Amino acid sequence: MNNSLIIGQYVPGDSLIHRLDPRTKITIIFFFVFIVFFANNVPSYATLILFSVFAMILSKVPVRFILKGLTPVWFLIIFTFILHLFVTKEGQVVFEIGAMTFYSGGIIQGFAISIRFFLLILVTSLLTLTTTPIEITDGIEDMLEPLKKIKFPVHELALMMSISLRFIPTLMQETDKISKAQASRGVDFRTGPLKERVKAVVPLLVPLFISAFKRAEELAMAMEARGYQGGENRTKLRELKITKLDAISYFIFILVVAILFATRTYG
Amino acid sequence: MRKALIEFRNVSFRYSEDEPWVLKNMSFTIYENEFVAIIGHNGSGKSTVAKLVNGLLFPQEGEIFIDGVPLNEETIWDIRRDIGMVFQNPDNQFVGATVQDDVAFGMENRGFPREEMVKRIGETLAAVHMLDYRLTEPHRLSGGQKQRVAIASVLAISPKVLILDEATAMLDPKGRKEIMETVAELSEQQGLSLITITHDLSEVVKVERVIVLNQGEIWAEASPREIFSKRDELREIGLDVPFVAILAEELKRAGIKLSKEPLNHEELLEELWILHSRT
Repeated sequence: MNNSLIIGQYVPGDSLIHRLDPRTKITIIFFFVFIVFFANNVPSYATLILFSVFAMILSKVPVRFILKGLTPVWFLIIFTFILHLFVTKEGQVVFEIGAMTFYSGGIIQGFAISIRFFLLILVTSLLTLTTTPIEITDGIEDMLEPLKKIKFPVHELALMMSISLRFIPTLMQETDKISKAQASRGVDFRTGPLKERVKAVVPLLVPLFISAFKRAEELAMAMEARGYQGGENRTKLRELKITKLDAISYFIFILVVAILFATRTYG
Repeated sequence: MRKALIEFRNVSFRYSEDEPWVLKNMSFTIYENEFVAIIGHNGSGKSTVAKLVNGLLFPQEGEIFIDGVPLNEETIWDIRRDIGMVFQNPDNQFVGATVQDDVAFGMENRGFPREEMVKRIGETLAAVHMLDYRLTEPHRLSGGQKQRVAIASVLAISPKVLILDEATAMLDPKGRKEIMETVAELSEQQGLSLITITHDLSEVVKVERVIVLNQGEIWAEASPREIFSKRDELREIGLDVPFVAILAEELKRAGIKLSKEPLNHEELLEELWILHSRT
């Protein structure tokens, strides 16, 4: 029970990647997502793969956790590969099966797209694997800071996110309790046609919502009693620090980008 | 004479115009460094008192003074700094992602510098014996532990008075004992006033003074010993009389004279020993 309550996929650790500032990780990954689409030949792809694998090894996250993150997208990767195989009609004919003709261009394209997918998932899951949700929230809050000038409620948004994260396990425990209570009253969540099972969710959701609203009200009161008046003049316990490690990471990433643009084919 | 810290002057309150008064013309005073219990059955208005003290609600009639300052919209934020409240549901007052974040929440709201926060987090968590759990997430704590964290987060802003609003009602006996012990310890060490609001008479043993509410009015105001002696009246207003008090009553009925009203098992035992050695 307790294991399933861990939010996200965070794997506790103290690796170099774990120690990076969340803002650094978010920024690098944000740009990585863009530059993946600029790779178009073997050396440029190799650069990206090297970078990702290097990061993966540094993170010391067991490979099986990373593969677990990939499971939902395997299907997508294989599907796009096959699609390219059939659709792209460039290059030489490699082989024919019946009426189907496969071109070398299709195979190469398929591979390229699959690698892109693979890299995207790998790198983004490294973020969630090495950063706690609350760190990500802090990072996002800090990075959105400039938006405060145009009255965007950055602090409120971050507080909402952190409170939701804090209440997910609580509400999961509650869901578990309610579903057991309803099952003991004869609600069947597991068998029967789909329509019946969907209907069975109603007696689960209604009490859950009612209690969530009650919780929200009490929480608001407790927060007010503890002097919460919004984001103004508020200090923070949690602080983000850019260290040498972050500077080095940015440097390496810029290097990777430079190599990528130097090696990719133009025209 | 001790300094008055909380003063209710003829306070009346109701939730809306067409509803009956929850509190009727209530006046009482709580002094500095005092440990007071407010007891009453459900709906006696005891939780309303707590919410009025801290400005979560405002009375329709009468005035409330905190440390000599009248409570109103302007003074409310300063007054909330002096009043720490711990509520009933351990889960619904835990704001932070971890124990130390939660303790920091009140200080963050008041703009404490970071070093000060770190220092106070250490101190207050040590005071409630939760220092080992600094980085623990709330769903890994028991109800009693969560309530102790709630007490620590309130203590962190060094209030003048700590109000426990049914803070033990949702806990198991072990958690309840933990909280009552912590509270008793704090009342000795920290020199702050303590108000415990409860319907459980066995929790009032250690207090100096008990205010019993019934139907929005003060029904009695006396020492725990005097209150314990009014068993029949307490039952009448819907309060459970603790086992020791019932036993003492039975003993009296059986013709055994006790020199004083026992408050707990130890005192009753003491009485019986004395009685035994006399006969």
